[in-house]
Amino acid sequence: MMRYLPKSPADREQMLREIGAASIDELFSHIPAEYRLNRDLKITRQLAESEVVEYFQQRAAENTAGYASFLGAGAYRHYRPVVVDSLISRGEFFTAYTPYQAEISQGTLQAIFEFQTMICELTGMEVANASMYDASTAVPEAVMMAARITGRSGAVIARSVHPEYREVLATYSQHQGMPVTTIPFKEDGRVDMTALAPSINEHTACVVVQSPNFFGTIEEIAAIAEVAHQKGALLVVAIAEAVSLGIVKPPAEADIVALEAQSFGVPLGFGGPYAGVIATRERFVRQMPGRLVGQTTDRSGERGFVLTLATREQHIKREKATSNICTNQALAATMATIFMTIYGREGLKELAKQNLAKATYAAAQFDKKGRVLFSGAPRFNEFVLQTRDDPYAINARLLEKRIIGGFPLRKFYPELGNASLWCSTEMTTREQIDVAAEAVQP
Amino acid sequence: MSAGKIRKVRPHPSQNEGLIFEKSSPGKAGYKLPPLDVPQVDAARLLGDSYRPDLGAMPEVSEFEIIRHYTRLSTWNYAIDLGMYPLGSCTMKYNARVNEVVARINGLADAHPYQPERLSQGALQILKTLSDYLLEITGMETITLQPAAGAHGEMTGLLLIRAYLASKGNPRKKILIPDSAHGTNPATAAMCGYQVENLKSNSQGMVDPAALAAQMTEDVAGMMLTNPNTLGIFEEEIHKIADILHEKGGLLYMDGANMNALVGKTRPGDFGVDLMHLNLHKTFSTPHGGGGPGSGPVACKKFMEPFLPIPVVMARPDGSLGFDYDRPRSIGRVKMFYGNFGMHVRALAYIMANGYDGLRQTTEDAVLNANYIRKKLEDVYEVPYPTPSMHEVIFSHRLQSRQGVKTGDIAKRLIDYGFHPYTTSFPLTVADHGAMMIEPTESEPKEELDLFIDAMRAIAEEAQTEPQTILNAPHTTRLSRLDEVTAARKPILRWKP
Repeated sequence: MMRYLPKSPADREQMLREIGAASIDELFSHIPAEYRLNRDLKITRQLAESEVVEYFQQRAAENTAGYASFLGAGAYRHYRPVVVDSLISRGEFFTAYTPYQAEISQGTLQAIFEFQTMICELTGMEVANASMYDASTAVPEAVMMAARITGRSGAVIARSVHPEYREVLATYSQHQGMPVTTIPFKEDGRVDMTALAPSINEHTACVVVQSPNFFGTIEEIAAIAEVAHQKGALLVVAIAEAVSLGIVKPPAEADIVALEAQSFGVPLGFGGPYAGVIATRERFVRQMPGRLVGQTTDRSGERGFVLTLATREQHIKREKATSNICTNQALAATMATIFMTIYGREGLKELAKQNLAKATYAAAQFDKKGRVLFSGAPRFNEFVLQTRDDPYAINARLLEKRIIGGFPLRKFYPELGNASLWCSTEMTTREQIDVAAEAVQP
Repeated sequence: MSAGKIRKVRPHPSQNEGLIFEKSSPGKAGYKLPPLDVPQVDAARLLGDSYRPDLGAMPEVSEFEIIRHYTRLSTWNYAIDLGMYPLGSCTMKYNARVNEVVARINGLADAHPYQPERLSQGALQILKTLSDYLLEITGMETITLQPAAGAHGEMTGLLLIRAYLASKGNPRKKILIPDSAHGTNPATAAMCGYQVENLKSNSQGMVDPAALAAQMTEDVAGMMLTNPNTLGIFEEEIHKIADILHEKGGLLYMDGANMNALVGKTRPGDFGVDLMHLNLHKTFSTPHGGGGPGSGPVACKKFMEPFLPIPVVMARPDGSLGFDYDRPRSIGRVKMFYGNFGMHVRALAYIMANGYDGLRQTTEDAVLNANYIRKKLEDVYEVPYPTPSMHEVIFSHRLQSRQGVKTGDIAKRLIDYGFHPYTTSFPLTVADHGAMMIEPTESEPKEELDLFIDAMRAIAEEAQTEPQTILNAPHTTRLSRLDEVTAARKPILRWKP
């Protein structure tokens, strides 16, 4: 007996009889005998629901619940309105398949169409897809897309792009004949413009930057775009902190945006699932990876929505597809859609402004105890703090106060020594900031 | 229209609802932020040229309108919670509610991926336990949970093959893929820098070992094989296939899309597979969510371990768990952080709720259901391959297409009978793109199967007596068939004010 299985022993017997099989094992008899498993799997016995819940509560207790946190670095802690989970918990959303059968999938299709519209509105792009796995995989997909558009192969990426996005790009590009060059940041934490132009050559398909970049600093998108475009390369802009779009000018000069929408109502969840998305210019739409929802009409002229431009995709084009992506992050994208709707035109701005205010206050407090780097350029909700003490030692002190400190940068940027990356969102309180600043250098 | 035959559903009104933007008006809001406890800032001054003054056409609506809006939209969807979802190779099974509850527990749902390892022991233990269970289930020896979906797992797998062969001196040029394979297989091979070479199935719908032997050269890195294949047929000569590949130094990759036919009954690691991906959103019940998120762990034999993506979960000398990043032979990272952890939690909860006996019974019921459908429909729909079915059964529309009724039309008519369509026109090996691919999964009770069988039989009759009813289906949905041609020709991909 297993509680998810809706058959009685009598049902099974009757079905076997009707099939004409003497036993269930007869239906497996074409598996060669030597490969049949004639023992129980060595895994747990069936657990009661209460035991399953208890197991995960225990694991959760071994984690950090209840700590204040200054971690950002590509995964952001924002308040999730209860409406988000309440709506996506409807079985019609979370237990539905990919909306290939449009007549009975209009709910998912319209929600994705709204998602695409909102992403365009926020990023300044003309079209957005239905989602990618996350920004780290959207970046290499954007680079591959740029290569198809330009007929060129290489990419130039700023060192101020999230180190893990760059690692994923290295993995994706290694066997596709796509050389990747990395360009440095200058003293204000932004792309070194003097290194940019010489790094682009006739093989460069695109320049990739992130804004706000990994240090929380806002890049000079228009100037970078101008240099890239002069040399015939496209500009790909990655955005890790979507909430920034509430108050930071969108990268309208970019050709492709690779956005991480986790900040829009998707739980931190120890790193996933998140919701990446690619947005671009209308003229590039046929080179986009991933699913797209389009508006159309039915036979009586009623407005409806369908998956469209599928001839780009693997199930039609096989090895000539724009990407191998099939399953995406639809439910996380739906969470983001609901989040964007809840905050809306005014709320996203106010939310972003609160983040900016908290980080500005935090940077000022921490600057008294260490030195905030890259202060010459505008920032959003993160900043880099250089300290006398080792950041791991500082973080150990903070943990005693139930505070998780900033992300030590040494692992990815050894030249920054003791520097660490601190994030403050609307969830960070003044008191937490004051206590943490005190502990940085008692 | 023969509505009298339809027993499972009857039409009921559904609410009309526009786009959210059409409900928006200035001054409405669905949010309230707490008062700021730090000094206000002048954003325009702080951000200078980067300041954004407004957010254009983003909606402004109240909370209750949002609830109504998305609730109304949701009622326009079919879902596994409503009824059988017989999509082949998609494994639309019950998504247990406890999985959703445990994935949302504080401490898991709000865990930051960069929080210190010593405060992440619970999460690490979940990754470790799931890994151990999946290895036992597959008969493999090492695993990465990082890939975000099946296709992403395929990419990870081919990069592993490439890294392993390169370490032996030659990454080779080609990947063999049977003509019945899912489209992600060839698309993935191309992304990994391999040429795709198609392998024709034999009249049984299986790989022909002789043909394979003829095509297998030292240029071939490996083969991607779905087993049971997309016809729902177990590749009986699987070990011979593995031997042919191995003799010439190639590897056997298994697409685990159809693992729901095997769990607890046989193990890929025992029948010669070198590496494979699993779809946690199929076999292990994590919800499809309208298209994702999924999770595509890759399990391999021991010799692949040095090449796994970073980081890998490891036990430290003090007994605690941690992430190992120091792996110089790794293929690199395929995704930021550690994969779709929320899906790992759900899959582990599913395995725990089932236990070894529940998983085996699940597989048996899935195969029982498919064979029951086959038996009850094989006199009215052609079975293109006589080979025994496992968890899914393939029919063709040959008998109905004489009346001009094709697989896609029958699928649309099923909607009127209260069912989601099966997979149409796939696999491509069925003549005239006429495949009707049905995977009931273990989640269907006999009553639901009988209703489905009745519906399919009624449609077969309609094909003979009133084909036009089928050709114009669906008749009972909010919208009739949608104009996909215009949608693609003149794409409208966003709402405009």
